[in-house]
Amino acid sequence: MTFTTEDSTLSRLKPLGGIRVEVAGQAASGCSTSGGEGKASCGSSAGPSDMPTEIWEKVKNHPCYSEEAHHHYARMHVAVAPACNIQCNYCNRKYDCSNESRPGVVSQKLTPDQAVKKVLAVASEIPQMTVLGIAGPGDALANPKKTFETFERLQQEAPDIKLCLSTNGLALPDYVDEIVKYNVDHVTITINMVDAAVGEKIYPWIFYNHKRITGREAAQILTERQMLGLEMLTARGVLTKINSVLIPGVNDEHLIEVNREVKKRGAFLHNIMPLISEPEHGTVFGLTGQRGPSAQELKEVQDACAGGANLMRHCRQCRADAVGLLGEDRSDEFTQDKVDQMEVVYDLEKRREYQTRVETERQAQHSAKEAAVAMAQTQGGLDMKLLVAVATEGQGKINQHFGHATEFQIYEINATEGNITTAFIGHRRVDLYCQGGYGEDEQLPSIVNAINDCHAVLVSKIGACPRDELKAAGIEPVEQYAHEFIEHGLLSWFNDYRARVARGEIEYQARGDASIRQGAYLAA
Amino acid sequence: MAYKIVTSSCTACSACEPECPNVAIVEKNDTFVIKPEKCTECIGHFDEPQCVAACPVDNTVIIDKNYPRYEAAA
Repeated sequence: MTFTTEDSTLSRLKPLGGIRVEVAGQAASGCSTSGGEGKASCGSSAGPSDMPTEIWEKVKNHPCYSEEAHHHYARMHVAVAPACNIQCNYCNRKYDCSNESRPGVVSQKLTPDQAVKKVLAVASEIPQMTVLGIAGPGDALANPKKTFETFERLQQEAPDIKLCLSTNGLALPDYVDEIVKYNVDHVTITINMVDAAVGEKIYPWIFYNHKRITGREAAQILTERQMLGLEMLTARGVLTKINSVLIPGVNDEHLIEVNREVKKRGAFLHNIMPLISEPEHGTVFGLTGQRGPSAQELKEVQDACAGGANLMRHCRQCRADAVGLLGEDRSDEFTQDKVDQMEVVYDLEKRREYQTRVETERQAQHSAKEAAVAMAQTQGGLDMKLLVAVATEGQGKINQHFGHATEFQIYEINATEGNITTAFIGHRRVDLYCQGGYGEDEQLPSIVNAINDCHAVLVSKIGACPRDELKAAGIEPVEQYAHEFIEHGLLSWFNDYRARVARGEIEYQARGDASIRQGAYLAA
Repeated sequence: MAYKIVTSSCTACSACEPECPNVAIVEKNDTFVIKPEKCTECIGHFDEPQCVAACPVDNTVIIDKNYPRYEAAA
């Protein structure tokens, strides 16, 4: 599968830097990188140049809508919505394992009362938790009473928390008024197709108007309701994110059409996620052997869609009861028993103070990073495009030991006609290499597979054994830029790499594909 | 005259509960049960029993053979 749009998109790349933006008289940080067209790497992108101020205000601190914000702000999901009104072939509602992280999975379902208490408890413990979502484990709008009761109470008891929900869209047109009434800022609709012939391969049935409807008719009704719901939300000024599951051979090329249709109807952000289909989950796709996409297949579709709606690349496909920053899950600290025993004081002032500090730190980091990036920009050199993996614990820096990484962030560096750009293109989950102070050599091949499309891996430190193995696999382990800002490290390494190629010390070689690690994300 | 829920396959998702025109379905001990005396198999209300149509797990809502099939009043 190839997409011819890639070249034309890339030829329009903007140079890095100069993405500071002014909002309400103060510098507001945009996305951490100016990826793709300056908006391919994240929802918020450069901000006001792409969107009105009021929309920027809505997204800049939302970890799911802003790639940069997700390093600083946390979200939580409350599992008050167990029922669903459709069946998807990638979902098995019977499966629940606490070691499993993926949408639709939850350990404890909550009543609205329990959910409100949990939100207040988390908000007190984690003051940077700014977003509360209802994402199932079924469908938020197939449980309207519980969903809206939770929102209503939270609006009164935690007025500073942004509310969002996710839905398959079947019931959406019926609840747009309620969504607006409770100030739900963001709605995510899962849209995997705009053509019933594709849809019937994904959805065996829907329950609609008191009937179970199957086959193409079911998919036709679903797509019509989704499009209508999306149009209604856009008309009311509610921000929408579209989630699409990439199912190779079923909807891969079709997602470009989905992207076009949702963009036309005002979708703010498009999130294309890889299918999770391990056989042990017992989903239809898992049992029929339907595979998920490789890293390259996912990136091809994402790149082909990058010119449409803003594209989200930092999604971690989290559980319907996840708590914390994206990429971490602290839900174990807030089980029902523990929440019941907590003394919860909701201190709005304290939360605001804390968030002001987070924002100051974020601005400082943003400025420091821009300065570092500007320094590393050089002129000339060979045109090339390659991927680099980075181990980071946050703060936008290369600050994680290779052996401690449970995921690597993947950046694309692209040098074309004197311009160099870096773009965040996604993350790769891996099994922890280092456990109890010792390296697990059996884990190494799976880590190499996960970053096999990268030319280098930037880490704060790496042991001798994995270093040699990576080199043997053609991936350069780099410690030299430890504790520097990611983009600065990337550009510095890249300039050095290009110089070595130019001097004939090494030869540039194209890398192969990488595999996307599924499941067991919480096992670490 | 009734359907019943097979407890071992019920995920307690609650999809059936609000659909019942007779309010015959209640949550009990982390699962859902149908009160047989209230169940009319949706006859006279809908073309198909709503709990069966809404349930995400096949063969979880089944006819309870301990009760004769419901017949609508003439």
